[in-house]
Amino acid sequence: MTKYTEEHEWIRLEESGFAAVGITEHAQEQLGELVYVELPEVGSQFAKGECTGVVESTKTASDINAPLDCEIVEINSPLEDEPELVNRDAEGQGWLYKIKIQNSSQFEELLDEDPV
Amino acid sequence: MYRTALYPIYQEYQGKLVEFAGYEMPAQYDSGVKGEHLWCREHAGLFDVSHMGQAWLVAQSGSQVDALAAMEELVGADLQALSPGKQQYTQLLNDRGGILDDLIITRCEKYSDRLYTVVNAACKERDFAYIEEKLAGRVRLEHLEERALIALQGPEAVSVAQKYFPGVEQQSFMTWQIFAWNVPPASAALEAAKVEVYISRSGYTGEDGVEISVPNEYALTLARLLLAEPAVKPMGLGARDSLRLEAGLCLYGADMDETTSPIEAGLQWSIGKRRRTAGADNFAGAEVILRQITERPSRKRVGLDIQGKAPCRAGVAVYGENDEKLGEVCSGVLSPSLEKPIAMAYVKASHIAIGTAVWLELRGKRIPAKVCKMPFIAPKYAK
Repeated sequence: MTKYTEEHEWIRLEESGFAAVGITEHAQEQLGELVYVELPEVGSQFAKGECTGVVESTKTASDINAPLDCEIVEINSPLEDEPELVNRDAEGQGWLYKIKIQNSSQFEELLDEDPV
Repeated sequence: MYRTALYPIYQEYQGKLVEFAGYEMPAQYDSGVKGEHLWCREHAGLFDVSHMGQAWLVAQSGSQVDALAAMEELVGADLQALSPGKQQYTQLLNDRGGILDDLIITRCEKYSDRLYTVVNAACKERDFAYIEEKLAGRVRLEHLEERALIALQGPEAVSVAQKYFPGVEQQSFMTWQIFAWNVPPASAALEAAKVEVYISRSGYTGEDGVEISVPNEYALTLARLLLAEPAVKPMGLGARDSLRLEAGLCLYGADMDETTSPIEAGLQWSIGKRRRTAGADNFAGAEVILRQITERPSRKRVGLDIQGKAPCRAGVAVYGENDEKLGEVCSGVLSPSLEKPIAMAYVKASHIAIGTAVWLELRGKRIPAKVCKMPFIAPKYAK
């Protein structure tokens, strides 16, 4: 199941028990062609709302904030050389990182749709 | 917002529009900034630069040398040494040696009473008023508002241009010529219009190419002919910026302004040799500029070769190894050709030697960088 934040991020529960996080189709369109993605370190922990990284386009840079309290378990390394992957498939192959959710009630509180 | 004569092209090719210098312009088209940039370096790109200011500088005396001598009061270039048909890149200066704009001045061959000039869009009103005021009675400025300007740049640009303007392939770098163009008529029943286009073998990309000045009413016809060529794609402001940065070319407003002198900006080469010895009052700001040539300025624009993959843009602080703040980035981009971040920065004179290690502060992280030569890629100008 997929939930969304006010800031146009999506978070999707996977069979593994972890969740993948990315930016929505709407967000990638607003940003334009990405030239750089800064991802967090695996193992690092964040509180809901803390800055976990940045996506940068030719126009502007945008912070990626933790959608809820979490620990980073995996990052999408190909994005370092191919940030455009996020533009091509923002809600699929363009996932940014995977997390262990540390507070599941925060997940319930997220939105059911991307607020466009 | 203003629109140039080529606005319909932006629509036809789905340009993403932004505001620039009061004009509605395309930032990019479908291929994206990186795609356009790489295409221009391999093939040819067409840029609408009609927003820039074109003007005749007509000698009231009827003699071109008087216009050249008069303009020399406002710039540091040796304009009187220009042969007919030659262009010179230079800067309009104020009394403090600061740069009001950068511009190209051409000694027109066909009309021997005048010069031709192109200035930046954001500055054109101010530049033209400044020239008119300072040179009143000696030079009459005619703003060529009814002409568009199309840049065609890249290794295949001239072979495309010569199909419509045969002979342009013989033009050497930094020359300007008037061509008589027979505009293809809309139908066989109509007569072809004969139009004067002005073509310079120069540009803002580091590639071989031309800039074509054409009357507004024929601008779309010309643009469409060129864009119909398989080698040519339309290009926006985003690619224009990354191309010029790789070529080490300054952007007025970012890399220089009224607080920077040509010496600080690394443009000493554009101050003519004769002008340096002709005394401290022979051009605006000469006193400051000549002193900086002898004593070296306290800061200088340098190129930075940056580690990692993150673009470091204007405003990013530059530090020395001992954490002393040296200056700031004035322009930066992730170079599509080099696949690494590059930047221009004003840095203290103590740290301008090629190879000097510095670091940049980006979002709380230290990014190592080195002072490097500009241009960042080898230019491919015509001889």
